[in-house]
Order: sequence, then structure tokens, then C-alpha cells
Amino acid sequence: MQIFPCPFCGPRNETEFHFAGELGKVRPATAEKIAAPDWATYLYAQRNEKGLVHEVWMHLTCSELFVMERDSVTMQVLDTRSLREDAQ
Amino acid sequence: MTSHRTSRVALIDRLQPLRFSFDGKEYQGYKGDTLASALLANGVRVMGRSFKYHRPRGPWGAWVDDPNAIMTVTLNGRTFPNCPATTTPLVEGMQARAVNAWPSAAFDIKSGLDVFHRWLSAGFYYKTFMWPNWHLFEPMIRKMAGLGDISRDVLKGYSADQVFDHCQVLVIGGGAAGLAAARAAAEAGKGVVLVDDHPVLGGGLHQMPEIEGIAPADWIAEQASAITSAGGRILTATTAFGVYDHGLVGLAENGPFGTAPRLHRMRAERIVLATGALDRPITFTGNDRPGVMSVDGACEYLARYGVLVGRRIALVSNNSLADAAEVMLKEAGAQLIRLNPHDGPLQALGGKQTKGISQGSQHHAVDTILASGGMTPLVHLWRHAGGKLDWCEIRQALLPGTAPDGMVAVGAVNGAFDLDVSLSEARTAGAGKTPGVSPTSYGLAALWPDPGSKGRQWIDFQHDVTLKDVELAARENYVSVEHLKRYTTLGMASDQGKTSNMAGLAAMAAVQGRPLPEVGTTTFRPPFVPVPLEMYHGHHGKQLWHPLKRLALEPQHRAAEAALGEYGGWLRPGWYGRGKAKNLIHQEVLTARTSAGIFDASPLGKIEVLGPDAEAFVNFIYYNTISTLKPGHIRYGFMLTEGGSVMDDGVIARLDQNRFVISCSSSHVDSVRTHLEAWRQDGNDPDRIFIHDLTQHWATITVAGPKARDILAALALDVDLPAQEFPHMTLRETRFDDTPLRIARVSFTGDLSYELSIRRTKAPALWDAVVKAGVALEAAPIGIEALSILRAEKGYIMVGKDTDGETMPHDLGFGIPRLKKPVAFIGDRSLHSDKANASNRKALVGLAVPTGDTLLPTGAHLVEDTPPRSLGYVTSSYDSPTLGHPIALGLVENGAARIGETVSVWHLGDIRKATICAPCAFDPEGERLNA
Repeated sequence: MQIFPCPFCGPRNETEFHFAGELGKVRPATAEKIAAPDWATYLYAQRNEKGLVHEVWMHLTCSELFVMERDSVTMQVLDTRSLREDAQ
Repeated sequence: MTSHRTSRVALIDRLQPLRFSFDGKEYQGYKGDTLASALLANGVRVMGRSFKYHRPRGPWGAWVDDPNAIMTVTLNGRTFPNCPATTTPLVEGMQARAVNAWPSAAFDIKSGLDVFHRWLSAGFYYKTFMWPNWHLFEPMIRKMAGLGDISRDVLKGYSADQVFDHCQVLVIGGGAAGLAAARAAAEAGKGVVLVDDHPVLGGGLHQMPEIEGIAPADWIAEQASAITSAGGRILTATTAFGVYDHGLVGLAENGPFGTAPRLHRMRAERIVLATGALDRPITFTGNDRPGVMSVDGACEYLARYGVLVGRRIALVSNNSLADAAEVMLKEAGAQLIRLNPHDGPLQALGGKQTKGISQGSQHHAVDTILASGGMTPLVHLWRHAGGKLDWCEIRQALLPGTAPDGMVAVGAVNGAFDLDVSLSEARTAGAGKTPGVSPTSYGLAALWPDPGSKGRQWIDFQHDVTLKDVELAARENYVSVEHLKRYTTLGMASDQGKTSNMAGLAAMAAVQGRPLPEVGTTTFRPPFVPVPLEMYHGHHGKQLWHPLKRLALEPQHRAAEAALGEYGGWLRPGWYGRGKAKNLIHQEVLTARTSAGIFDASPLGKIEVLGPDAEAFVNFIYYNTISTLKPGHIRYGFMLTEGGSVMDDGVIARLDQNRFVISCSSSHVDSVRTHLEAWRQDGNDPDRIFIHDLTQHWATITVAGPKARDILAALALDVDLPAQEFPHMTLRETRFDDTPLRIARVSFTGDLSYELSIRRTKAPALWDAVVKAGVALEAAPIGIEALSILRAEKGYIMVGKDTDGETMPHDLGFGIPRLKKPVAFIGDRSLHSDKANASNRKALVGLAVPTGDTLLPTGAHLVEDTPPRSLGYVTSSYDSPTLGHPIALGLVENGAARIGETVSVWHLGDIRKATICAPCAFDPEGERLNA
């Protein structure tokens, strides 16, 4: 079981967290016309990188989203920061 | 008797004899014995039959490395399958049976299978039983193979404790190195936990005459006392069975036999691995005979249990550690000859008992053959943690290489087979430093399986894999070690290849003419030893796994004799009263249709969305347009996933310009709240929208039925009730007993209906007032079962029951926002995909049965006859007391266009007829709703 440091609550067991998506996925402007392949890419395509990954997670017990940098091979957590901080 | 008890001082208590039986015969052992040591002391050496060929087998090792002696043990009427005899402590009254053998290990009826070994090589069953169909033969083959039978009785009270624990330094292994490291760390002020899988500390030390000038027992006691004095903890009979992410170590602490081990989830800052090393077998003809044992195993039996495994012993070893063993065994009275395995091919002679050993033309009459092909460090946990292995040419073994974070290996697992070197490494590591490369006096002549040599030479004892099977696998191009493992099942038995993996890899290397380190190893995975599944499960059942949410009105429901049950995580009334459930439920439905039903709707979601951007936010979240909703008004709508499927339905009320209340389904509150939070924080300005889940803070009481308005009038609230003042889908705020009260006129039954929401603490007073007013008008409380029927009569859906993962809102008859809503909303683009536009989508319909027929089974398929295929299925089905006949809802391909069609309904082989109709079976014009 991994330990993730929530930027708001500190280190907690991974069972308290929910994966929300890879960082940097932007929702297409759906008021405009979007080709089916582009929408499918948005819905389903994942980079699934080996090594350093940037992801968005939710700490379910405080409901806050945050950015986590971790290594998908060694499972080492490199950094976590609030999504808001990341946007700045 | 070949194997027997000696007078050597050991770790058994000779004052406490224990009686037990094996394969129906009575024996006696002592407290401190294992099943295997007690049997050996009684001269019993055939303790099992092999997995495939049913060959007689005796113990190879004395502890976790033994692949052979596996038993089903009954104690006090409770039966435990697959107990390793070498690690199972002897208990008075144990009845042990060898697995995979009948009537006994000594006389197994299926031993004849061994004659056919020529045809039973690796892959035999798969190749032979391909035609016509493997599945035809599989059950019979599985019955013939396998180990112990699982008892079908549930073991009452067999429940594992689970402990979450942490420490600064975890030392794994209680031998010389582990004890020294733990003491050094504890005396350096660290919080230390030392674990050892034996019930008695000391590892291999008990074999030694002395250590650092004193007797081993005294040295061990001194270290243990120093560790505990410095605040360290020692867990014996505790196996570290796996290392997981971020320094988590799984520990199984064994209690008395027959109880579930206690699971410790130990989080350690630093782990010192002192797990030792094992003797590896030598691959020669007949090396699986009972009486062929490991050198170290024989020494352990003598040191720990006072058992000498044979009288005339041939000691076959390629390494320098055999010298001490020879001295020890001779002192105990054994006649012993030394053989060098490099002097020629070896062959064990005999059948169920070893009668001798031959090497070339030399024959030696011995009753026991002790073999060691070198030491294999126990690097399992190192690999679990992601540590690398390096090949050591001097030691002919894979040793810990690049270390995983926070782990260090000391002692024999690190290749330090000399005691002084081992202690020095351990003390360095215990003090927090990393020991360097140590010198070694250990020497051995490389000795590996010899491909092409004659005879049946066993590689994996437990799964009956021979050298020839490895050669066959190589010929058939299963040369990767992972393929070799799966094709031959080498290393896949319950011992996980502790004795066989190195020999298997070496055999493959030799067959291919490659250096051994190039062949690589298979993946080491937890658990290190078999552990009961119960340990992972623990007490996590029922309430401890998923605590029920409780209603504020539970005492009132209990007083009214409610049948309480779990619905969507809440404990709520299914119906009220004692008697036949169906009659009571039907009476409640009729009450709600003729007078009014009073229903505790408190679990309904009450999630507030507030802030200057709240309107735009809910407009984006909902499929339906919400921005046009006026304060004091309510709208029914759907939330979709980005894939366009219906995630939840329910009403949303606008309290004022910047404040909405989302009334999502009772069982979807948590997922909806998470969904809202995710979109609020990602893609919106979180300072302009706030989400506040008040579901558990407010209670809701619904009054539904033709008399609902009269009941509300009797409460004398400050609200105008006539339909023109308070129409359907509007909301009023007032006070009850000086407390804010919200009244929403919405309906899930198709009748005039009010939802009254109030602070949780005020709910009992409101309930009592409503029930009192209701009873005067022949209204009564109703449970959720009645509500399910009432809503189905109207064709109102329950998301997740009447919808599936593909259902989109236009499948449910709500197509307008899809075509008309001008702004973006979640799932919008998906509603225009090819799939969403397909003509054969499953749509919601009603289903009517011919007059006099019984109700359709939920889940039954509607089928087309030619070609036979499913068109959809029944999602809800009830006997309607209001209408006097069964009703049903279903999802059917192209449903709207099929209304009026009669179709076949298939269920478990029975075929019936049903007519597709509109979902709403009661008051389709909605006159009662708008009353």
C-alpha cells in the first residue's frame, strides 16, 4: 500500500485517494464542432508513461484535487501540490 | 528405525510428551517438535506423495524450504488443508494425513501412475487432451492432481486480527546477524522490531558449539534481553511474507495451531534483511527418494529437535560448510562417509527408503543421503522491494546488488557465511551504515545439473519437474525463464521454487550453453510462504467493512414495527408491520393511492451549490437547461458522464439567484458530490462556487397521495397550499416549531406530493405531527418497497436499475436538450456520436403480460426468434395492487417504435409472451399529479 502526501492533510494511505486523470487534459470547447476522433482522444486516450508522470488525484476524505508527480516504475512520490497552486 | 531421537540437548521439552496420529497410526512427540521432526523421531520418513507421479516423498528440509511433507491436519474436529509438516508445531491430539495419497503416504493407490512417467512429461495433458475439447477432460484431470482437499465447513471464529504498525528499523530474521543488527540499532536509540518465523530465536546458531565464547542459547538470550531493554520489540513465530510499496511489510504472526495468523501491516523507515540462506539440492538420479535430505536440514533436525535423520549417512557436498556438519552428525552417533559430487554421476538406490548410493562403479550401503549443492541466499524480500541481484562467481549464487530504498542485507543472505563476518556486517548495518563487500572463507566447486545425463533427476520436487522436462521445454523453445516456469510449472507449487528455481535456471543455462546470470530469474512475488486468505480479509465484514448510514427517525420506525433493511447504504424501512411482507407492501401502495403515504425520504441527496458562478456551473453539470430556472422553482434533470450515459437523475431546486439544492438519488450522493467537486476544482474558479453536502444534516419526510394537501393543512404551517398558489415543481420556505422548513412539491409516485425537509434534530417532532395528522385521514407510513411499486406504476426510473452503462437521456424519452441546449454541458458531444445516433439503441418501455399471467422475472430477456438473439431485458417488475395486474419496465432495442408489438420473453429456458407498451401504466395524463 502506497502513502500519498495530500497537500492539505499530509501523508495518508492510498485507499483514501481516487485517481482523477492525467494532468494537462483540456476539455474541448464543445459548443463548437468537434471531430469524433478528437473527442474520442479526449475521452479515452491516456499517455500511460513509464517513469515520471504528472497526475491529478482527489483525496476523498477532504475532497480536494491535487497534482502528484510520481515515478510509475519505482512508485516513488516526487511532489504533490494543490491544483490551484499548479494553475498559477 | 533409521531416523531417531538422540539425547542431544535441543529445543524440545522432553517432560511434555504429545500424542498425535499420522495416516491413522498413533505416535508420540514432544512439545517444541514440528510434525515433521516428531515423525522423523518415530522413524517415519515417507510423509507424502508427489503431485503428478504420486512418488513417495519425505522431508528435504527442516523449515520453510521443504517442498514434500504436506499434510491435512485435523484438531478438535476442525480440519486444515495443506499444512507444511516442517513448520507446523506439534499439538496434542493432532490427526495428520498426507495429502494426495490414499489410503496412506506409504501405500498410495495411485502410485502406479509413476510407471507411465515416460508419457507424462511437461505439457502432456495439454497436448493429449486437445481433441475434441480440453474442457471435457479438465475436471477429471484436476481431480487426479492437486494437494489437500478444502473442508467445506466454515471454521467459526477463524478470524484474523489486523494491526497497523510502524517502526524505525525492522530487522527480518532472528539468527546471529539479525540479533546483532537489532541490538546495535536498538542501542543506537532506534525504535526496533525484530521478527523471526521460528518460535525460538537463533536461526542456525543452535547447530554451533559456541558463539563469541559462550553457548549459543546464552548468547541468544543475552541479545534478546539487550534488544528489549533498549525498547525494541521481538516478534517470534512471525513471518515477513512480503514487502510492498513505500516500505510496507506484511507480517503474519502465528498464534496457536488452528487460529488465524495476525496480520501486521508494518511500515518501516529502514529494513535490515537477515533472512539467511538455504541449501540447494544436487540434481542426480533418484534425488527425490525419501532419505535424501539437505545437509542443513539434517543439522537443524538435530540441533532444534534432537533428531538424527539417519544412522548410515552419505554426505554429498561441493562446499566448505559440510565440514562442521560432518563433525556434528558424527558426534550424534552417525556413521558418515563423504562423497564428492564431482567424482562421477550419482544415483540414489532404493524405493520408499534409501538403501544406498552409487557413484560410477562404487556402491555405498547407506540409509540416508545428505546433499548440498551450495547455498542460495533468501533474497525474496529484497526482490519484492525492487532490489537488484548480482551474480557472485565465488559463491555461485545471486546476491543482493543495488539496494532498494531503505533496505540493507546482512549475514548469509548477503553471502556472509562466516559467523564473524556476518556479525560485523550486522553491527555496521544496525548502527545505520551500509556494510561494504565482505571477504569470505566459503568455497565451493560449481555444481549444476548436467543435461543429457541419464536417469530421472528431479528439479522441482513439489511439482514433479525433472531435468528432462527442462530439456523438453528448451527443445520446444520455451527458453525464457518465465515460459519455462509456466510450461513445466517449475517453481509454481506452494513452495514457490525455494529449492528448485536455481536448479531450473542452471539447467536451462546448461541446455542452451549460456552463462547462468544471462538466463535471469523469474519474478519473486509475495507471499514468501503460503498464508491463509482469511488474514487479508480479517474482521472486515458487514458493519466493519461498510458501516450503515442511520436515519434520524430510526427510533420512530422501530416503534412502528418497520422491517428495516439496507437500501443503498442506508438502514431504512422496507415496509411496516408484522405479517406477510407482500400483503403489507400492497396495503401501503393502496393507502398511498387512496389517502396518502408518509415516507422517510431523508437519504435523498441535499447537495447545495452556492456562489456567483453556481448558475453557470449547474447548467454545465446538468443535461437539462438549469439557467432558466427561477428562484423557488424545481426542475427534473439528468447528470451525464462525459461518455454521455446517465449517471444520476433527480430534481434541482433554486433557492435564490446564487443557491441551488441538488436532490440526487439516495445511493448516489457520494459519487455525485465527488463529481461536482472534481468539476468545481478542475475547469472552474473554485472561489466562485461552493459545494456543501447537507444530506445527513437534513431529514426529509414525503407526504404523497390525494389527501396530502389536507394533511399539510392540518399542520397549520404558514404556507398557501392551493394548487394555484403552490403548483407542482415549486418550493416554499417556512418554519415548523420555530425551525426552517423547506417544502418541495415534487412527486415520485404520480400523486400530489410534498417533500418536507428540516434539520435532523427536528425530524422526530415533524414526523410525529405528520403521522398524527395523516392517521386522522387514513394515511400511514410507507416503506421503500411500496415506493418502488408506486414509481414503477408511473414509469419513473431508478438510475442503475432501469438504466445501464449505455443508457443516454434520449433513450428515456428526454431528447430535447440534446438537440436544443445551446451551451456546453458534460457529455454533450458524446450524445452525437455514431453510437448515440444508432437506430437500434435500447430504450425504456413498459411491458404488459396477457390477462391472468404472473409477473415477469426481472432480468428476463426479450428475444427475437430468427435469428435468436436478445433485444433487451426486463429491468423492474412488480404486481401492481393499484391496477390489479403485473407491470414491468424494460430496456429494448428501438423500443419506442415497438410499442404494441408482442415479443417472446426468455428466462432460464422458459419462454413467455409480453406486449411492449408505454412505460407509464397509471394516470398517463397526470391529472392526479397536478391536482
